[in-house]
Amino acid sequence: MNVLQPIGRAFRGFLEATGRLTLFAVVSVSHCVRPPVYPRLIGRQLVDIGYYSLPVVGLTTLFSGMVLALQSYAGLDRAVAESVIPRIVVQSITRELSPVLSGLMVAGRIGAAMAAEIGTMRVTEQIDALTTLSTNPHKYLIAPRLIAGLTMLPLLVLVGDVIGVFGGYLVSVYKLGFNPAIFLKFTWENVDAIDLTSGLVKAACFGFIVALLGCYNGYHSRGGAQGVGAATTNAVVSASILILVSNYLITEMFFGK
Amino acid sequence: MSARKSDIPKIRVRNLHKRFGRNVVLDGLNLDVGSAESVVVIGGSGSGKSVLLKCILGLIEPEDGSIEIDGRPVIGLPPAEREIINRKFGMLFQAGALFDSLRVWENVAFGLIQGESMDRAQAKEIATAKLAAVGLSEAVGELWPAELSGGMKKRVGLARAIATEPEIIFFDEPTTGLDPIMADVINDLIVKCVRELGATALSITHDMASARKIADRIAMLYKGTIIWNGATDEIDRSENEFVDQFIHGRAEGPIRMEVRAR
Repeated sequence: MNVLQPIGRAFRGFLEATGRLTLFAVVSVSHCVRPPVYPRLIGRQLVDIGYYSLPVVGLTTLFSGMVLALQSYAGLDRAVAESVIPRIVVQSITRELSPVLSGLMVAGRIGAAMAAEIGTMRVTEQIDALTTLSTNPHKYLIAPRLIAGLTMLPLLVLVGDVIGVFGGYLVSVYKLGFNPAIFLKFTWENVDAIDLTSGLVKAACFGFIVALLGCYNGYHSRGGAQGVGAATTNAVVSASILILVSNYLITEMFFGK
Repeated sequence: MSARKSDIPKIRVRNLHKRFGRNVVLDGLNLDVGSAESVVVIGGSGSGKSVLLKCILGLIEPEDGSIEIDGRPVIGLPPAEREIINRKFGMLFQAGALFDSLRVWENVAFGLIQGESMDRAQAKEIATAKLAAVGLSEAVGELWPAELSGGMKKRVGLARAIATEPEIIFFDEPTTGLDPIMADVINDLIVKCVRELGATALSITHDMASARKIADRIAMLYKGTIIWNGATDEIDRSENEFVDQFIHGRAEGPIRMEVRAR
């Protein structure tokens, strides 16, 4: 009997946390679509998430594209490599690598920053101060971040797609000695609407997850510096796991039979 | 000065209960604050003073009891109506709680810009005037909160609390962490600002010098209830041994500080 107790407790805790998170998401999303909106704050988040994440996302996808070309070449016959490698690169990058790796990198960069900033605001009573100044914290702090996460990650992933393919091109042309025109031709022929769409849907979903978990963990942090630290860790870990789980689910939705 | 009587108190708290886990913090607390009256709640650390303020502000939901503002029950109001009630409030937080992503003047003008949708130029003018009222120059308004000293943060917090000219102002330990002279300056500013606005003030503190200075009436909180409550000049004649021990700061007496290893 006692063996089951901790299992039950853990399961109940999990359900409670899921419920709290869902409620938090519903309230926050409802504030995204109701006036007043704060264009100034949304703008700042757009720049923070979109513009300042470009180097990280660019580097990540560049090297992913490069290593893809290199690894595929090792396992392929020289005769078919020139037509197959562009396809492998463009499909892997647009379907999986660009959205997932960008999502994970942004979780580390943005999710952590959001949890730390909102968590510090919580423990220094700044969130209470917002409420006493007749400003809803969900509307003022969380809605702009959710909107920015949801809209900026697809744009980042689009840029990542291009840079990733460029990475594959660099290795194929300058290291493996492929013909550039042929590489581009095969790449272009293999760009598929469904690949791009699925990648962008994933990106929007991941952006939402990163912003939501960053805000949620920060908002519910307690107990000073240590609490903020724990919130930051939880934000990154839970967002990363949810990204990988939802990546599978979305892939299943688009490509599963 | 005796407690002013009016038919409907500005704040009426009845039978308030709040616990965190097994720890009972408020245990049937009753308190009335009349219009334009300044009440100070004194009590030891961890006696539930902050929880009382947060319950009135709607930041914490109590388990039982009622809170009325201007005769209107406010517990469990939907958020939109709560926001309207909160427009009557101003609050000076213990550590200032200034928004560190905003400049000082934007902090002071926050309630005007966000709460009352005033345009920024006009709000800045009012913020500058409020900063002047607490003895800070216009140049301070352009600084960031991280660049301010403790006393300046309290002044900015005070300017922010009075910027929207609220009907009720809460002061959470206004003098904690300040040297005695700066504490007295802040006390003077509080008295002046509250008088000028004709506002109702509810403060919590454990600093007796501050309490004597800003209070019309003092209430003592112990073990979750108000155990004594009377005009400021009566506190030395309370004949209540709990109050006597507290105001004279004696370790020996009926109040046992729970000092134990955690």
